[in-house]
Amino acid sequence: MIVAISIGAVNVPLDDVWVIVLHHVTGVGAAPSDPALDQIVWNFRTPRVVLAAPVGAALAVSGAVLQTVVSNPLADPIVLGFSYGATLGAVLVITLGGGAALAGLGVSAAAFIGAVVAGAPVFVLGQRRGRLAPTRLVLAGVAVGYVFLSATSFVQLQATPTELRTVMFWMLGSVSGAHWDQLPTVAVVVLVTTALLTLFGRRLNVLLAGDESATALGVDVNRLRAVLLVLSALLTGTVIAVAVAVAVAGSIGFVGLMIPHLVRLTTGADHRRLLPLTALLGSVYLVLVDLLSRTLNRPNELPLGILTALLGAPFFLWLLRHNKGLD
Amino acid sequence: MKLTVDQLHITLDRSPILHGVSVEARKGDIVGLVGPNGSGESTLLRAVYRSLRPVDGVVRVGEDDVWTLSARAAARRTAAVLQDATGNTTGLTVTEIVALGRAPHHGLLGRDGTEDHRAVEDAIDHCGVRPYADRDYASLSGGERQRVLLARALAQSAQLLVLDELTNHLDIRARFELLDLIRATGITTLAVLHDLDLAARLCDHLAVLHEGAVVAAGPVLEVLTPGILRDVFGVRASAERHADGVIRITYAAQPLARDETAAPEPAAR
Repeated sequence: MIVAISIGAVNVPLDDVWVIVLHHVTGVGAAPSDPALDQIVWNFRTPRVVLAAPVGAALAVSGAVLQTVVSNPLADPIVLGFSYGATLGAVLVITLGGGAALAGLGVSAAAFIGAVVAGAPVFVLGQRRGRLAPTRLVLAGVAVGYVFLSATSFVQLQATPTELRTVMFWMLGSVSGAHWDQLPTVAVVVLVTTALLTLFGRRLNVLLAGDESATALGVDVNRLRAVLLVLSALLTGTVIAVAVAVAVAGSIGFVGLMIPHLVRLTTGADHRRLLPLTALLGSVYLVLVDLLSRTLNRPNELPLGILTALLGAPFFLWLLRHNKGLD
Repeated sequence: MKLTVDQLHITLDRSPILHGVSVEARKGDIVGLVGPNGSGESTLLRAVYRSLRPVDGVVRVGEDDVWTLSARAAARRTAAVLQDATGNTTGLTVTEIVALGRAPHHGLLGRDGTEDHRAVEDAIDHCGVRPYADRDYASLSGGERQRVLLARALAQSAQLLVLDELTNHLDIRARFELLDLIRATGITTLAVLHDLDLAARLCDHLAVLHEGAVVAAGPVLEVLTPGILRDVFGVRASAERHADGVIRITYAAQPLARDETAAPEPAAR
C-alpha cells in the first residue's frame, strides 16, 4: 500500500510517504516539509489506495457468495443484473441531482436501492416450482440487466454534457474520487458483512451439496437465500457489498469473478477459508489495478473498468474451458 | 428410530401426487419403496426429510411430527442421500463433504469439536473412503461418490436413513458393496429402489407405490406376487427365495404387451 501511494503522476519517495502517513496516523514525527507533497499523499493518494482495498474485498466476496448462492460458477454482480441496477440508481441521482458530488452518499444509497430493485425480480424469475433454477436465473439476470442498461442509456441521453462526463467516468469505475469521509462507512460495512458472511460459511458449504441435500442437512434453503440475498442486506451484505462497491467506485467488472475462482483453485471451496482469503486477495488486487490505472498512461488515468475487463475477460474464457462443474 | 407415514396427501403445482399414503418402518427395519417411474416415491421421500409440507396427513420420526421440529432438529434425526441435480461441489475434498453432515449440529457460531471430528472419522472408516479422504470429490468415480455421500449421511448421526436410488448407474459390485454398507449401519432405512432384485436383497419390507398410492406392503415375498408384478410393473415374472437365502426375480422372456397390463402408461414426472 505504501508503494502504491508513492507511485503516480508524481512519484513521491517512499521515505517521504512513510513520514507523511506516519505523521497523520500517529501524530508522531515532524510535519512534512513540502505542503504540496503532503497534499498529494494524504488528501489524494492515500484515500484512494485505502478505499480501493475494501472495494476490492467487497466485490470479490459478493462474487464468491453469489456463485454459491445461485449454484453457478459464472455468477457475479454483473451477470445477475445487480450492477446495472446499481448503475441506473446512481446515474439517476447524478443527472437529477444536477451533477451531484461524485460518489457522494446520495449516489451510494441510490445504487444500493437500484441493486436491490434489479436483484429482486431476477431471483423471482429465476425460480421454477419454488426452487432456484440456475440457468433460468442467469438468463433472468441478463434480461433484467438489459432493461436497466437501456433505462440508463435513456437517462444519459437526457443528461447535460457535464453530467454525462461525470456519469461516464463513474460507470467505468474509478476510485480517484475517493475522499476520507467515505472511508469509515465503506470499511465498516465491508468488514462487518464479510465477517457475517464468513459466519454463514458452514451453511454456504452445505448449499454446495444441492438444494434438496441441503434441506435434508437442516438448512432452510429458500430462507437462507433470502437472508443472504434480499431481506437482510445489512446482516449478510451480499447485495450491500455489491452496491457499496459499485456506488463508490463504479462498476468494476470481473473482480467478483476472478478472485473467488483463483482462491478456490488454490485453497479449495470451504467458505470459512474462502471468504476471508477472497476479501484479502480482492483488496490487494484492486489496489494493484488502481496503481496500474494511474501509471500505465501517465499522467492520464485509465478507468478501472477497462483494465479489469482486459485482465478478466481472458480469465473468464479460460474458466469456461476448464471448469468441470459446468457440464 | 421408527418412521410412521400416516395418510399422507401431497400436491405439487396443484396436481395431487400422493393420495393418502401410509408406510411404516420399525426401528432397525430396512423398508424399500418400489414402483414404476413417477409413482410418487421421491415425493414421499421429500415429505420424510421435511422438504415438502403435506396437504394432509403426518410424517413421524420417532414420536414427533417432522413439521413440529425445526429444520435442524429434523436433520439430526433423518439423513438423506439423494439424486441432487443442483449444487456444485467442485473444490471440496471428500473429508469436507463428509463434514457437511455435521451442519445440523451447529448454529451460526458453532465450531467443530471433538465429537464432530469423531463422527466424521467414523463415517469415513465405515464407508471405506479413507484411501481418498483428501481427494477432490469431483475427481471420484460414481461408486466412490455414493460411498462418500453415504458417509456424509452417517456423519449426521441420524437415526433414520433416507436413500433415493443410491445405486443408480453403478456397476454390480459397487451396488452390492453399498447394500452391505447400508445393512451394516443397523439404522432404520427407507430406500427408493427401481431395481427389484436389489430391493429384494436389501429390504426387510417393501411398499409398492402406484399412481400415488400404496398398493401393497409387507415382507418382500408377500409383496412381489405375480399379480403385482404384472399389474403394477407390467412384466410377467415371479419372485422366489433360492437355496442360498436370497430372493431373486425371474422375468419371462416375453414382456407383457402394453394393453395386457392393468397399469396405464407411467405418468411423466
